[in-house]
Amino acid sequence: MGALGKPIILMVAMYAFLKFGLPNIPGSAPLPSSLIFLYLLLTAGGIFMFKTLSGESKDAFWDPIRRFLTGENIGGLQALRYGVFILFPLLVGWQTYGSTAVSDLPPTESRTIHPAPPGEYTGLSNPVPKTPENIMQGKGFYAAYCSPCHGGNFDGKGPAARGFIPAPANFADPTTIAMLQESYLFWRIKKGGVGLPIEGAPWKSAMPRWEVELPDEWIWKIILGEYDGAHQSPRTWE
Amino acid sequence: MSVIQQGVSIVQRALRAVGSHDGWLAGLLLMAGWLALPSLGIAAEGTTAGPTEYRDIPYVGSRNLVWIVAQLHLLLAGFVLGVPMFAWLCEVIAWRGGEKRYDKLAKEFTKLLTSAYSTTALFGGILLFLLVAFYPKLMNYLTDVFFPSFLLYCFLFLLETATLYLYWYGWDAMQDGRKKTLHVFLGFLLNFFALFIMIIPNAWATFQSSPVVIADGTAFERAWAATWNPTWWPINIHRLIANVVLGGYICGAYAGVRYLSVKSPEEREHYDWMGYVGNFIGVFGLLALPFAGYWLMREIYQYNQQMGITLMGGFLSWLFILQAMLIGVLFLGSNYYFWLGITYRIPGSEGKYRRAMLMMLVSLLLCLAVWMTPHSLVASIEEAQKMGGAHHPLLGVLGVMSAKMTVSNLMILITFMSFVMYWRAGKQDTAGWAKLAKAVMGAVLVLASIAVIVLGVWGYFVPAIVRINYFSTSQVLIVIFVILTITPLTALLLKSAKTTTEMVWGSMPPRAGYSLVLNAIMVILLMTLMGYARSSSRVHWHVYGVMRDTSPYAYSPALGSASFIMAFCTFSFCLIVAFIFWVATMGDKYKAAPGPGKGELPHGIPAMAGGAPEERSQR
Repeated sequence: MGALGKPIILMVAMYAFLKFGLPNIPGSAPLPSSLIFLYLLLTAGGIFMFKTLSGESKDAFWDPIRRFLTGENIGGLQALRYGVFILFPLLVGWQTYGSTAVSDLPPTESRTIHPAPPGEYTGLSNPVPKTPENIMQGKGFYAAYCSPCHGGNFDGKGPAARGFIPAPANFADPTTIAMLQESYLFWRIKKGGVGLPIEGAPWKSAMPRWEVELPDEWIWKIILGEYDGAHQSPRTWE
Repeated sequence: MSVIQQGVSIVQRALRAVGSHDGWLAGLLLMAGWLALPSLGIAAEGTTAGPTEYRDIPYVGSRNLVWIVAQLHLLLAGFVLGVPMFAWLCEVIAWRGGEKRYDKLAKEFTKLLTSAYSTTALFGGILLFLLVAFYPKLMNYLTDVFFPSFLLYCFLFLLETATLYLYWYGWDAMQDGRKKTLHVFLGFLLNFFALFIMIIPNAWATFQSSPVVIADGTAFERAWAATWNPTWWPINIHRLIANVVLGGYICGAYAGVRYLSVKSPEEREHYDWMGYVGNFIGVFGLLALPFAGYWLMREIYQYNQQMGITLMGGFLSWLFILQAMLIGVLFLGSNYYFWLGITYRIPGSEGKYRRAMLMMLVSLLLCLAVWMTPHSLVASIEEAQKMGGAHHPLLGVLGVMSAKMTVSNLMILITFMSFVMYWRAGKQDTAGWAKLAKAVMGAVLVLASIAVIVLGVWGYFVPAIVRINYFSTSQVLIVIFVILTITPLTALLLKSAKTTTEMVWGSMPPRAGYSLVLNAIMVILLMTLMGYARSSSRVHWHVYGVMRDTSPYAYSPALGSASFIMAFCTFSFCLIVAFIFWVATMGDKYKAAPGPGKGELPHGIPAMAGGAPEERSQR
């Protein structure tokens, strides 16, 4: 089992790192099983490729597996072999049952965070000039209407944020509003969660529909304030 | 119905008018009115229904059928446009370098073209009939816009067909001197016409995604404006490179299958070498493909934010994770083949390069892990709660373009270095400046890798437009600089190098053949996947923003059902290509068979596509 030892240790170590090591790094969180599976698959693929690069390494890698499966010269491992033959189908059966049985848990979701906006909102440019006054005013509106959820530091950690799943967007994260054009934010603020299109299913957004309370001009000013406060720039093409 | 009601009221008025007259007259009028009613009904049907906009077929559905036929046509077209490039390149190498085996390879692939070309045209014809039958309104509109280019397309088809016949059937007759020059020129013309045959239908397809419609002007002016739409050239370049990749990998797969089945050492050597050439050409195109794809996506995003978001951030964004997976397997498969080549074809090299191969493999896997990490993760409600949403607080940063561009560039660099390693294996430098050259190459590679990573990380802290226009472009330029620096330096070094171990062809293990087949399947799957993405990005429009899809199929199929069609198209295409190869090589097998056979037949082998030149030469 010599040549198999390293791959097994590597797989176990990788799993332990993904499951227990990475989540405990400051600022991190547990990884979903889909991602762990993906990374383990890559690791296994890499091991397979490396071990089959030459005839010798391939034989050294496969021979113990073949001998174990055929029971050829494995001595005291016979009991383990029979155990594997019994347990493996059971494991597959359990996995199949687990993935198909009726459950009271909500299904795993692949939510579309940024669905496409309706046509009438594409290509709009901010009609409010980017002046210090307008930015200040926008930040004021933001403080009044948005910061309870999105946070005074624009980091999605407002006092009400803990009540929401998923959490409110973190604008300071360079992968959120910095990726979007101003017109996109205008649509999302104006229409809120209820304005999400079909592709935005399962519509998990508690964002209010601000058009019923705020005039358009205020929304555009809030957008100016958001970008400035989060130290981000909107996506543009000039 | 309103017309029928109108008719009834006319009859009623007439009845009232004649009510005071004799009863027979009233009865006559009543009868006449009653008889006239059906004719009113027929007229009403004619006026309200109008011309047919859509037709459908039961069970399969018109959209699915058009989807499958269009995808197969596109794959076949990619094949028949990619193979001539590949074949012509090999012929030129043989012509200029004097290596006859390249000429044999070129001929072997050109042989496939006649049957492949007719199959492509056949699918094109079926597609046209289906489109005209199922989507008459759309086709009428597109004909109005593109009529002049239809004529040009037909003319080009005639030229291409004539050139192909001359190129193939004249192969043996034009082998020497000026005739060979003429033959090479014919090969150039074949590719030249093929380029235009590709870009004209590209205009029709891209017009549907990014239309440019002008109301005034002549038919030619309107067609030209519609042709020169924002995504036309990005698609042209992307498809041109993709066709080279497809041609190369299919050549590799063919060689792989033959390698696995042939028995004689000579044939094993030949197909092993052919597999190497196919893989090399596939990789050569693959290195440039991500750049072209990035440019295309950029143009789409700039053309229409909505379409860009649908593709890259909306419901189609999951396709790009699948795409990363397929491209990743392709990169791994191509590198694996290079590494197997070093180990098996160059005896004694394994020990020398094993560590380097391990480092490259680990780097490729790390890059692939980044590329495949989605921005929004698939998570159960519990997992999402623990993460604080669908984005992982630490790994979420890997889900955006800055990270993806960085790792794709690094993977290109690694693959290029794999090739350089293969190129250098079994040779010893003798030039006095070899040490310096290797130090320069090492420094270029290390500095370039650092620069690509720095730009990638920096990309998170600058406005998107700076990242897209300057940082991503710089990353690409850096990689191109590395390729353009190291390739000539290596070539110069190897010119004076001493060969320590001769390349042994035909010694590759069976898994090398399987990896070549896997690479080809990955490319085909990728093309079907991106075909769906490009078409679905128009959502419920036939012509984006201009002509709405009002058929019952004006919805985007779920990714699961789309995957089914993609897999079906991939499988069908593989079957068709296998059939073409089988038909084209039928004559070879017959001739190669020992003992009586051909001589017993009065007219030799049947005139299968591709069999003619050898047949003639043997008479």
